[in-house]
Amino acid sequence: MPEIRNYTLNFGPQHPAAHGVLRLVLEMDGEVIERADPHIGLLHRATEKLAESKPFNHSIPYMDRLDYVSMMCNEHGYVMAIEKLLGVEVPERALYIRTMFDEITRILNHLMWIGTHALDVGAMTMFLYAFREREDLMDCYEAVSGARMHAAYYRVGGVYRDLPDEMPKHENNKFRNDAEIAQKNENRQGSLLDFIEDFTDRFPRMVDEYETLLTDNRIWKQRTVGIGVVSPERAMQLGFSGPMLRGSGIAWDLRKKQPYAAYRNMDFDIPVGHNGDCYDRYLVRVEEMRQSNRIISQCVEWLKRNPGPVILSDHKIAPPHRTGMKEDMEELIHHFKLFTEGYCPPPGEVYAAVEAPKGEFGIYILSDGANKPYRLKIRAPGFAHLAAMNEMVKGHMLADVVAVIGTMDIVFGEIDR
Amino acid sequence: MTDSVSSGSKARHNTLAKTLASEFETLGCAVKHEFSEVTLDVPGGSLLEVASRLRDDEAFQFEVLVDVCGVDYSAYGNSEWVTNEASSSGFGRGVESGGDGHRGEGERFGVVYHLLSISLNQRLRVRVRVDEAQPIVASVTTVWKSAEWFEREAFDLYGILFDGHEDLRRILTDYGFVGHPFRKDFPLQGNVEMRYDAEKGRVVYEPVSIEPRTLVPRVIREDNRYLEESQQRQDPADA
Repeated sequence: MPEIRNYTLNFGPQHPAAHGVLRLVLEMDGEVIERADPHIGLLHRATEKLAESKPFNHSIPYMDRLDYVSMMCNEHGYVMAIEKLLGVEVPERALYIRTMFDEITRILNHLMWIGTHALDVGAMTMFLYAFREREDLMDCYEAVSGARMHAAYYRVGGVYRDLPDEMPKHENNKFRNDAEIAQKNENRQGSLLDFIEDFTDRFPRMVDEYETLLTDNRIWKQRTVGIGVVSPERAMQLGFSGPMLRGSGIAWDLRKKQPYAAYRNMDFDIPVGHNGDCYDRYLVRVEEMRQSNRIISQCVEWLKRNPGPVILSDHKIAPPHRTGMKEDMEELIHHFKLFTEGYCPPPGEVYAAVEAPKGEFGIYILSDGANKPYRLKIRAPGFAHLAAMNEMVKGHMLADVVAVIGTMDIVFGEIDR
Repeated sequence: MTDSVSSGSKARHNTLAKTLASEFETLGCAVKHEFSEVTLDVPGGSLLEVASRLRDDEAFQFEVLVDVCGVDYSAYGNSEWVTNEASSSGFGRGVESGGDGHRGEGERFGVVYHLLSISLNQRLRVRVRVDEAQPIVASVTTVWKSAEWFEREAFDLYGILFDGHEDLRRILTDYGFVGHPFRKDFPLQGNVEMRYDAEKGRVVYEPVSIEPRTLVPRVIREDNRYLEESQQRQDPADA
């Protein structure tokens, strides 16, 4: 009788399927997982400590770099917390712009997720399809903020600037001929809103394409159905949120239950899963892309009809306009004070949460009345999800670990902070 | 935000604050209702009892522990730029980091729990304070499983110990890290830096060479607007 014993397998820290720097110590019995111990923190940058040493406004760009595939949603959580602390009301147009960009961000995130998840499980094509649409949405980011990923577009009291009237176009270059450039510029003739509207018209067909590739795909179903099952009770006990919670059959969505921005005026549905396995969570996220698309088109329609200010005119919080500074002493002083010292909110503590693509992204700010937060805590959805890794993979095969990492939609920027 | 959804939530949180006060005040808990959020300050000894009742009682049903976070109150209210002497010493903006030496009141550390009730759609913040000499809090992992990693994080960053936690290891910092980096007396630039030493053929740790500097001083303004507001916030009609 040969001796059989468990052995330990080191998965990562650098592994293409680990979605970043995750070190998983797996205790295996043959190919079956007995225990999984994720070691995290390899991307820890002490964002919270850095934020404590800076005025409130300086930390907005750090928020982009947390969950670096859903940038604007993180910014939204942060500025909402500060606005709650300051007790300011954001102009309505800014709320709609934020809603629209939150949903653009959700599609961006889900496209990234579906591409990498499918790639990990073995479907190469999906990745190429998803990145085709991501390109258009990142152009939208670029059009409003100048940056394709780390936008820093949301500001306390609104957004940095109004939507541009003209969508930037592709320029002539030596890699493409004129006909190709003209074709690429076809939907960029009007404003940014026209471009987004054109996207929302096209996008449902794209989602159909993704579904043709995956939904009834035999291999995809073999790899995801019945893998990583979480019951509704366990999902709550484990602190799940977002699609991870809805995949287990709990219809909880902050956009509906505790609406913020302009979500209370939006018409959309919350998809819910039945079995709580990887396949259900896949279906939930795919449906969420369709619902996001609906929200975006409602926002586009509203924004086309309703011009207005996009940021507060209180210059103690939002910077004054540059032309005003040239003429008005008051404006100049405001500008100087705002950029050298910032603003001091009242002492107190607030928690603001948004429904980020991965789940509940919360910001807890404890203020002692200074121009910097006394304590900033970032509640990242992925942190709670990854903590459940051991429970979700126990008894599964090694290959299923990859499927579970994929279904959790993990990004280490937010987990390690 | 003055429409039906948020006013509904306001009413819910008003009732929640009242119920909490009547249920837990005998245990020495204090209820605060600010910024339309409810905070329950719990003495360390009764945390577990309060936690399990918050989860199981019909009136609370906080099934989800959203977040656990450590706080170091030792520099609370510390201002780096007290301008009283500005006229005699000129307008120099140079700041000695470390502030005016003001120490926060009460015990040094705090653990803040954020709870969410999915069935009743309400939120609650629970806070426990612990002193520096014995920073031990009862672990709530038996009540909410999700506390496991969050408590590990608070231990790692603040050195707060959780009694009853089965696996209290460091989580975010490096293997072999010394100190608790989020404490207010831990410098922002750290204590050690590392580099690869070609002669020794390995990575070596050395004392940090970055000079600490303050870009924007920490300022606390006595703002009259907020003084009035905070009195209003504690208005009995609201609480």
